[in-house]
Formats: sequence, C-alpha cells, structure tokens
Amino acid sequence: MRAEARLGFILLLTPLLLWLTLLIIIPHIDMFLISIRERVAVRTYETGFANYLTFFTEPLYLVTFMRTALMSVLATVMTLIIAFPVSYYIAKIAKGRLQSALFLLCLVPFWVSELVRTFGWMILLRETGIFSNLLQFVGIVDGPVEMLYNDTAMMVGLIYTSMLFMVVPLVTTLESLDDSVIEAGYDLGGNAITVTREIVIPHATPGIVSGCIVVFMLSLGNYLTPTMLGGKESLWFTELIYSQFIVRFNWELGAAFGFLLLGLSSFIVWIALRLTGQTLEKTMG
Amino acid sequence: MIPTIKQSRFARFSYNAYIALFFIYLALPLVVVSVFAFNDSLFPSLPWEGFTWDWFFGDERPKTGVFNERGIMRSIRTSVFVALCVSVLSVTVGTCNAFLFNRYQFRFSGILYVLMLLPLVIPGIVLGISILVFSSTVANGVEDSFGWDIEALRPGLLLVILGQFSFITTIVTLVIAARLKRFDTTLEEAALNLGATRLTAIRTITMPYLGPAMIGAAVVAFLMSFENFNTTLMLVGSDAPLTIAMFDRLKEGSTPVLNAVSLLLMIGSSLLALMMIAFQKKE
Repeated sequence: MRAEARLGFILLLTPLLLWLTLLIIIPHIDMFLISIRERVAVRTYETGFANYLTFFTEPLYLVTFMRTALMSVLATVMTLIIAFPVSYYIAKIAKGRLQSALFLLCLVPFWVSELVRTFGWMILLRETGIFSNLLQFVGIVDGPVEMLYNDTAMMVGLIYTSMLFMVVPLVTTLESLDDSVIEAGYDLGGNAITVTREIVIPHATPGIVSGCIVVFMLSLGNYLTPTMLGGKESLWFTELIYSQFIVRFNWELGAAFGFLLLGLSSFIVWIALRLTGQTLEKTMG
Repeated sequence: MIPTIKQSRFARFSYNAYIALFFIYLALPLVVVSVFAFNDSLFPSLPWEGFTWDWFFGDERPKTGVFNERGIMRSIRTSVFVALCVSVLSVTVGTCNAFLFNRYQFRFSGILYVLMLLPLVIPGIVLGISILVFSSTVANGVEDSFGWDIEALRPGLLLVILGQFSFITTIVTLVIAARLKRFDTTLEEAALNLGATRLTAIRTITMPYLGPAMIGAAVVAFLMSFENFNTTLMLVGSDAPLTIAMFDRLKEGSTPVLNAVSLLLMIGSSLLALMMIAFQKKE
C-alpha cells in the first residue's frame, strides 16, 4: 500500500476499532468478569461461579428463563404465520400505488415509540377500556372484563411490536421471486398448497430466517411489553435483570443474568443459522 | 396465488378480508391513543366526555396540557439533544466503516465485519448493562487511583448517548454501505484522471452521491434514538429522555396528557419519515 492509502486506511479503521473495543467487546468482557465475582465481605471479592449456581438452584430464575425463551419462540412463530400472507399480498398481489401504500402502512406504527404502541393496547384491553365496553354494549358480558395483565395480552403486544421486522425482509425476498416460476408450478399441476410449500417458502427462506432472528431477539430482550401488559405471574427475564441491577443493586448476579440472556440469544440465532445454512453476514448485511 | 392464476371467489374474498383485518389490527392502538387525546376526562378511557384541546394547551391543574407541562417539555428537549448527538456520531462513524469495508481488502476484514454486525444480535438491555458495568469500573478505578470522581461516567446523558450509538452505528453503516456498493468507481477514476486529488474526488464526486443515504441514515438514527427504551433504561441518570419520562408516568396511572404527547410523537415522526421518502424519491 502506498503511504497515502495507508494513512487513509488507518484513519478509517480507528473509529471502527474504538467503537467495537470500547463499547462492545471490553464492556462484555468486564460484565463477564463481574459475573464470576462473589462478594464475601464489604469490598472484598473472590472469583467463582456462585452467581451462576444461584441461577440454577433458584427455581424462580430458571423457570422465568425457560418461560421467556419459550414465549419468545412462540411469539416469533406466530408473527411469522401472521406476517407471511400479508407480505405475500404486498409483494405479489398488490400492484403499483396500492403496493407502496400498503407497505408504508406497515411501517407507520414503527415510526412511533414502542411505549405509545403499548399504551394503545392498554387503553384497548383494560377493564375500563374499549373492548370491555364494546362487549358490555353488545351484551355478551354483564360487567367490565379485565383483559390486561395476562399472557395473551402480552403476546398480542409482542407480536404487534415486532411485526415490521418480519414483514420487511419477507416482502423483500418475495418480491425477487419471479411470477413465471409460480405460474410454472401451477402449469405442472401444483395447487396453492404445493406451490407455496415447494416454491414460495424455499425462495423466501433467507427472509424468513432474518425476520425470525430479529423478532426473536426483540421479544427476548423486550422489557416494556411484559412489564406493562403482562401479569404478576408472567415475569420476563429482562425484568429480573433490571431488578437485580437497579432495585437490589446486586450487580454480580445481574451481570450473570445478562450473560445468560446473551448466551441464550446467541445460541438460538446460531441454531437458526445452522439449520437453514445461512450466515450472519448474508441475513443481516 | 398470483393475479394471473384464477382462484375461487371465496378464496380471494377471505384473503382480502384477512389483509383488511391485519391492517385494522395495526391501526387500532394508534387510532385509540390519538382519539383519547381529545377526551375531556381525567382518564384515557371511556366514557367519552366530549371534545377538548385541554390536553394540549390547558394551563390549569388537573388539566395541564403538554405544552404547559414542564417535565414533559424538558424530557422532549433531552430526547432531541440525545438523538442529535447519536445521529451525528453514528453517521460519522458509519460513513468511515462503509468506506473501510468497501474500499480496502485487508486481513481480518471478514472478522471485523461480523463483529460490526454483532450489536444487532445483542439484546438492548444487555448492551445497556455491559456499558453501565464497564463505565463504573473505569470510574471506580480512576477514583481509587487518582481520587477524581468523573461524573460523566456515572449513569447520565453521556452513557445514554454512547449506549444508543453502540448499536445504531451498525444500522447506519449498513444503510450507507448499501448505497456505496452501487457507486460506479469509474466516476472517481475519471476525476483522478482529470487531475483531482483523491480527497477532492471523494469530496466532489462520491460524497454528493452518498448524501441522500447519509441523510436517510441520520433520520433513521434520530428516530431510533428518540424511541429507544431498553438500552436507555439501564443508563439513564437524572435527566430522563421522553420515553423514560412517559414510562414513569404510565406506571403511576395516566392522564390523557400522555395521549397528547403520543399523538405529537406520531405526527412528528411521520412528518420526518415522509420528508425522507420525498427527498429520496427526488434523487
């Protein structure tokens, strides 16, 4: 490399390295170091895995962890099932103006904060809310019904919040599917089901994978929706992290929890990539 | 199922009905939030007590409108400040990254690229706590060895900005890199042939081409920062940005003033997004 190019290279590399080392890599190493620290007395610590042991021996923590993982998988699958027909409609059936209008409409809710969206669901679902009043008005129920603070409400909120991140990659991959390929499928005797299974879904796989990864991540790491819409029993793992850090000031245990959450999400992302033969660069970049 | 292939009327009808239902589902919470901003009642719920502008302009308790509510206005200013810092920082670093990965082949570029994508797959709350832990390790270290207490490294605006910057930069990099990939490098070579220096060529040819993508990325960064909740929650100090301030109020029980703020937010971000789209159409 010539000297000038070399200088340019170094100038461009520096911000990247600073960003990645100071804000991503070292903080995570530090978090790991804190998580393997045990407080034995005031300001004296020993190295050990006691925090992780606490996690495995205390049923509440373990159950919450598993529940969060399973519910996030469920939310991801449901988002995919709901979003797929819609994305297909936008990509293949709607044309011209209607197509771009529908696509934009999908994006609109996500230009506003998650807090506003959650607030909307609270107004709809709570005891004095719209649905409760509607049901009373129609005469299906006699008194007010509380639809907030349970798993279903939380699920509705989670799916709503991450819908966009499923629709956008799906629409993008489905748009690149040539109509004539679908026609050929029908000409060869396929019907809606076989064509979808044999042609549309295999073609959309990269979009499905990247959509699922992002939605899963967002659900797993969500704090707002479970706190506001979920009930007392539906504790989310992020709520445990928050309470260890901010309420109880037990950073050691909180850091261990954070690391477990990170491990879980990386593991599931890795599995998803392996199962479908995709790479992170291709699905995200 | 594409338009050129005949489907039964029933199948077509139910498909269209499903799409309609989906968009109702999308719109419902936002419509409800907006409508109740105008309800003349102390709670954002039924019954409907009549139309009022009080939740925007009211200046008497208990109906203090948004524009007269000091706490909310201050948190909006805080959010705007944070979002501006984050967009400037992330667009600067993101542009450097895009050029680096586009123009240079070097060892470890593959690894660095994957590392660059990582913030997307780290849960926001984990990013928040890792930065919180690290900054307080540094602050404690400095305090123990030099006796200086660095206030900036304790939870507060600097940490909020850094925390949001740490993952928004990835997204900004991807947006700018996507445009740079489509750039015809022969244009730059032509400029070099005509006697321009490398920097002049980049300044006069490449940057104007990248401009729309950079502005688009800045808008995306601004919006993402403005509405970020998870990372901010872990790093926030005494000046709360809008989302945190609204969250605290929502926990206490809400008045329609929150609906009014939400409506303003929706209008603001839609305008910003529409401006961005119009701007990109023109290009």
